[in-house]
Amino acid sequence: MQEIWQALVQAVNLIVTLDPEVIQISLRSLYVSASSILIAALFCVPIGGLIHFHDFRGKRVVINVIQTFYSLPTVVVGLLVFLFISRSGPLGGLELLFTPAAIIIGQVILIMPVLTGMTIGALSGVDKSIRDTALSSGASNTQAMQAILFEARFAVVGALILGFGRAISEVGAALMLGGNIRGYTRVLTTAISLETQRGDIVLSLALGIILIGIAMVVSVITNILLQRY
Amino acid sequence: MAILQTVDLEQRAGAAVLLNKVNLSVEKGEIFAVIGPTGAGKTTLLRLINLLDHPSAGDIYFDGDKITDPSCNAIQVRRRMAMVFQKPAVFNSTVYENVAYPLKIRGRHGKTDRSTVSGLLDTIGLGGYARRKAKTLSGGEAQRVALARAVVIKPDLLLLDEPTANLDPGTVKMIERLVMEFNWDSGMTVIMSTHDMQQAQRVAHRVGVLMNGQLVQVGRPHDIFYSPDNARIAGFVGVHNLLKGNIKRSESGIAVVDVNGKDIQAVSDLPSGSAVEIYIGPEDVVLSKLQSDGSARNNLRCTIRSLSSNGPLCTVTADCGFPLEVLVTDRSAVEMELRPGKEMYASFKAAAVRVLPSMQR
Repeated sequence: MQEIWQALVQAVNLIVTLDPEVIQISLRSLYVSASSILIAALFCVPIGGLIHFHDFRGKRVVINVIQTFYSLPTVVVGLLVFLFISRSGPLGGLELLFTPAAIIIGQVILIMPVLTGMTIGALSGVDKSIRDTALSSGASNTQAMQAILFEARFAVVGALILGFGRAISEVGAALMLGGNIRGYTRVLTTAISLETQRGDIVLSLALGIILIGIAMVVSVITNILLQRY
Repeated sequence: MAILQTVDLEQRAGAAVLLNKVNLSVEKGEIFAVIGPTGAGKTTLLRLINLLDHPSAGDIYFDGDKITDPSCNAIQVRRRMAMVFQKPAVFNSTVYENVAYPLKIRGRHGKTDRSTVSGLLDTIGLGGYARRKAKTLSGGEAQRVALARAVVIKPDLLLLDEPTANLDPGTVKMIERLVMEFNWDSGMTVIMSTHDMQQAQRVAHRVGVLMNGQLVQVGRPHDIFYSPDNARIAGFVGVHNLLKGNIKRSESGIAVVDVNGKDIQAVSDLPSGSAVEIYIGPEDVVLSKLQSDGSARNNLRCTIRSLSSNGPLCTVTADCGFPLEVLVTDRSAVEMELRPGKEMYASFKAAAVRVLPSMQR
């Protein structure tokens, strides 16, 4: 208990004193995970829409497969991407290994199933009457899809927040692909892992508290923005 | 001129026939009610007209164009129509944005369009609700928003699918009044479905009865209510005193019908021996203490079974060997000292008895 209290004090201390290294690590975490979620959203929301709005053979199977990959282990993603971008891998020439870009690639792959699956779920949750109402109001098919997406906006944004949470809190891919290089690829989770191994429990806990704080701030800001529309 | 026509329209879902060769013709500027029990195919029919579904067979003509043709631009057709669904559906945005939606998707945001929307909100009695979230509205309010959203583009054809089902009486009255006003003010053609014959009588110029996917009778509300084509329609439109019987003999247009061993004289051309169903309007029966010697051909001794007063009128159920409902004024019920068990005479003219051939079920 003593440690948690100390950690809380230290976390507040690190934040109010704007400790340069902590700020840098936090911003990098935010940058990497926000990039991941934006890139993933760019693919997954349209893919989710395509799957939801079209009937094809094996649709159920595709959705089941996507849902299975919700539990994709971060280290497995790390390993697979590692195989591709390591020097001897097919994309070795791009020299991506141990760069922030490598972490982003890993996190995008990690959150794609969750984001696609939850987009499909969000769209399925919209009452069928919305489509009918849009169409009978004179909407084109595209406009009707937009109306449905608009109705599902809370659930889709919920999926984005969940995806962001999974990205910012994962450590496997960040460690294997980023390498935890100080000042370059060190993010909150890899820093926590390192500090714990080094025995600085209080600093680890403080970083953990900051991580949760970031997740909270992101979620609150998103919800405030959402309420306006 | 018919603005809408269906030709042998059919809709099937698997083995089930939802609509069976429906031939409907709706004139420009009229309010046409499609009535029928739940599951008769009313919603199916309206959805086909709005091109939300595709028919299994048959065609639909709208303003002379065959809109079921694959080459027909469904969006352009739908943009001349609007539909209100039974379950009030609102978008999760403000009341104003809901009503303005059809304008928005047509790329219209002008000043006149904004005032059209505001004016409509006043008309539906939600003038102060523009900024309110539509999801927080009551069912009746949401349905008014749906109606305003439908008429905001002044459609040539307004489709209403049971627009007042499950709404409170005040909202029902308001929606009926609005529909009649829109029709009167802009000549908007209206096709509405309802399972409420009284509503059809209040609102519609013409009525079509849809039963088991078939359009069984079309006519003015009065025609449907007072001379339904068969007993099934009579039963549905809510006529009282529907009785089964057989024609014992028939001469010079007057038939004697045996109902539970009692003879009832009725105007009918059906031959003797026919199985029939007859109905007698409760308002056409006169109750008296003594056997009437007036012009009424039917004079039956009866026992009062029950009375149920509803304001100025009183529905009396009498036992004449068969149950007979009689409508009297509340005052005369008091004057005649009607009470259960009292012996009375029920008299009615032969012309007050409508005779329909019995349905083979």
